[in-house]
Amino acid sequence: MNTQTTLMASLPYIVLAGGLLVVMLGICVRRTHFVAWSLTMVTLVATLASHLLGYEALGEGISVTMLFHIDGVSYLFNSLFVLAAICTAVIAYQYVDEKLRFREEFYLLLLAATFGSLTLPAATHFVSLLLGLEIVSISLYAMVAYPEKVRGPLEAGLKYMILSVASTSSILFGMALIYAASGSMEFAQLTPVSGSAEGDVFYLLGHVFFWSGIAFKLSLVPFHIWTPDVYQGAPSIVTGFIATVSKGGAFVVVMRYVMESDVFSSEAITQAIFLIAAISMVVGNLLALQQRNLKRLLAYSSIAHMGYLIIALFLVATQPSIGFETAIVYLAGYFVMTLAAFGVITVISQGSDSELASIDDIQGLLWRRPIPAATMVVSALSLAGIPLTMGFIAKFYLFAAGIEGEMWTLVGLLVLGSAIGIFYYLRIIFAMTAKPEGELDAVGRGSWAGISAVAVLGIATLALGIYPTPLVDVVQNLVRVSGF
Amino acid sequence: MNVALLIGLLLAAGLVAWGSERFHKGLPNWVALVSFLVATLWIVVVWLNGPSEGGIYASQSYDWIPRFGISLTLRVDGLSLMLIGLTTLLGAVAVVSSWTETQTRQGFFQFNILWVMAGVVGVFSAFDLFLFFFFWEVMLIPMYFLIAIWGHEDKAYASMKFFLFTQISGLLMLVAIVALVWVHYDAHGIITFDYDTLLETELDSSVARLLMLGFFIAFITKLPSVPVHTWLPDAHTQAPTAGSVILAGILLKTGAYGLIRFVITLFPEASQEFWVYGMGLGVISILYGGYMAYSQSDFKRLVAYSSIAHMGFVLVGVYSFNELGIQGAIVTMIAHGFSTAALFMMAGALQERLHTREMSKMGGLWVRAPRMGAVTMFFVIASVGMPGLGNFIGEFLVLLGAFQKNVLLTVLAAIGIVVAAVYGLSLMQRSFQGTPNPDVPEMKDFAFREMSVMVVLMAGLVWVGVYPQHVLGMTDAILPLLGVVP
Repeated sequence: MNTQTTLMASLPYIVLAGGLLVVMLGICVRRTHFVAWSLTMVTLVATLASHLLGYEALGEGISVTMLFHIDGVSYLFNSLFVLAAICTAVIAYQYVDEKLRFREEFYLLLLAATFGSLTLPAATHFVSLLLGLEIVSISLYAMVAYPEKVRGPLEAGLKYMILSVASTSSILFGMALIYAASGSMEFAQLTPVSGSAEGDVFYLLGHVFFWSGIAFKLSLVPFHIWTPDVYQGAPSIVTGFIATVSKGGAFVVVMRYVMESDVFSSEAITQAIFLIAAISMVVGNLLALQQRNLKRLLAYSSIAHMGYLIIALFLVATQPSIGFETAIVYLAGYFVMTLAAFGVITVISQGSDSELASIDDIQGLLWRRPIPAATMVVSALSLAGIPLTMGFIAKFYLFAAGIEGEMWTLVGLLVLGSAIGIFYYLRIIFAMTAKPEGELDAVGRGSWAGISAVAVLGIATLALGIYPTPLVDVVQNLVRVSGF
Repeated sequence: MNVALLIGLLLAAGLVAWGSERFHKGLPNWVALVSFLVATLWIVVVWLNGPSEGGIYASQSYDWIPRFGISLTLRVDGLSLMLIGLTTLLGAVAVVSSWTETQTRQGFFQFNILWVMAGVVGVFSAFDLFLFFFFWEVMLIPMYFLIAIWGHEDKAYASMKFFLFTQISGLLMLVAIVALVWVHYDAHGIITFDYDTLLETELDSSVARLLMLGFFIAFITKLPSVPVHTWLPDAHTQAPTAGSVILAGILLKTGAYGLIRFVITLFPEASQEFWVYGMGLGVISILYGGYMAYSQSDFKRLVAYSSIAHMGFVLVGVYSFNELGIQGAIVTMIAHGFSTAALFMMAGALQERLHTREMSKMGGLWVRAPRMGAVTMFFVIASVGMPGLGNFIGEFLVLLGAFQKNVLLTVLAAIGIVVAAVYGLSLMQRSFQGTPNPDVPEMKDFAFREMSVMVVLMAGLVWVGVYPQHVLGMTDAILPLLGVVP
């Protein structure tokens, strides 16, 4: 392994880290919102492009020290995260311009969080796992609480921080116990030293702590309590980022962990995760029924969606190629529709003091602001998994994966959950098609950039739903190249 | 014929109709009407040209998602062609029937109508199970919008119920489809959703039974049959006239079509074993639908319940597993499409004029609107089963077929015809006859626009009733596939 190929393969990381420094130094020289934003965009686009350059050097995958293993699959996830960051930056510009006092550092945090998320798909070691998760989380505490004069974000930020730190401690403790049992921190060598009863107990106990922390990051029941409050309190655009990149990152690293460490060979752990998934699907959907605030509703729906995604996690253990393919396609779809939904809330809230996230605020939106509203309709249909949208393809993949893995209970719950989901997603759509009430001016027009970004997400949801073949081909190809 | 082109035409016309609204308020109506008429004409020409070998009128296949062996396989045989023709014709009827009713957002309204119909044409021609499911759901969303936006007072509840029932049963079907594909994959190592290939899948009888149920539930929900019928009265009553016409005329037929095309052919043994449940549910639907229809005071709701009864005959016919029964079921589908579309149009016309659907607020309307009275009389009589009209042929054939299978159930089903006469005539009696209700304001009689549609529908019923060979001939190609006793 020569240095040059390693460097080429790590190009996205180098570019992003370099860009981060440039933005930081730029802020030191002169505070200009537009310049900081432009530099951020250039950095993100360059990072995305550098994946194409680095891909040549990648081959089957390259191990960079014992901490990282960069391969086609991690590149795929990286691109997904960077694309999500680009959408966030585009939609965020007007929000940041209008609502925040110190504007430039927002992008710094965004870049840092993105950088953290990029390390997750390649992590093969407890150290890199923890580093990645923490870089993302710490950036996010600040992003959630960024609007310093408003109470909601501050409260949400504090809540998120305290609980997140607790979960990190839990993960750390779990790692320590697992290390005590196995004598290694590399995913691939985590099987407990056989023959010692004490080791087995440490191993199991370690996983209890480890998975509790992970379940918190993924907001799975019963570790989901923070989700609705943080979703509601954070600025919508940040919520969108948490919902996609932060959760996606945590999920990816867990997938790699499951694949390499063979943890699901333990019956007890499998059963526990199974239970968590099943409860998340049901509870997430049932609680979403009660919500009248879109952000809370999406929070509970995300709990259910993460529950669905565990089906792919189980498949990763037995058939990694199909499991990863399912997870990538599902997350790609989930990213697009979730960013679209939160993007719409950001766009229509522009110009008003508080966020227009109640279901009453969007009454008749379809007739007043057709483009954001149509995007919201598409996004809701997609989250519900109705054909013509990417959400359906994603759900179809899960069906196929669940049936392939003969997880009949989870497939049954997936059907049940989707059925309950229709209730609240349709309520959003119904509200938007209703006769307009109240003043027209209450709803913001949004900037052209925000509206076009949102529209692109909506169109992407439809386009990928109608003709997913290009995406499926790329994913399947890279998964195969990565040798799963 | 290129079916993909026909579907594309309807989809494109939908977009054009939506866009044309900004030039003139009435333009969307014309766009929709012209496209449905062109499509109908197209179907007629194809029909006159006759099928190619094997009774196939059209067949196309394009790659779609090769990863899962999913392709855009569209094929039209006699049964499909007939139902597609009915679809486009009733599309035109629906447009004309709501010509003046819809005053707001006409562009989006016609867009939805055109897209529902495009979905339905897809359902009737898809020979790839994934594609079939895709269209099955595509027709659902615009229909939801039709009810949720332009519906009557209780539209939120009705549209939600409609969506939920169809969607949940659809998901069951999706699981069954994917499971069927996986069984096939296990045995042959190929993932494919192609209908012809999946026909050859060998299934354990217990697996076949489960998968068959997944399809069966989806289709009888759409049909609908007792006990999953409860969405229908609400959806029909609350939908705008065009929505009801489409729902009753076309969408219910997709359920019957699915039973014939997929349930019986994919799971022949499991379906044969299941006959007593299928027929039993049919008979219960006939009697229950008839009974409920008689107890309604709402004109539209009565017609809605009568649909459940008529669709019960389809179920009985399909599950008699013989040529007569299945042909009867198909004729009933066509005839019911004509007669119920007309009755729902009448209900819409009455509501537009009287602003009520309550029959207690009607009475003696014949005096004020003799043309409407005569037309209603015709269709009520048709739906009761008057010989010489389409519904009689259908139901009579169904009873003949069912008689060979089980006498008791046939006798019970036959009682349904008597019940139909009771509620049919009571409908006539309470709305158009009796002493004129003094509270009823002056009302306009049918004009040329409405009469032209009604004449077309009447002609259709007479055609099917007097010379059913045309319809029966179209079923020749499908019958051998069903494994029925001639």
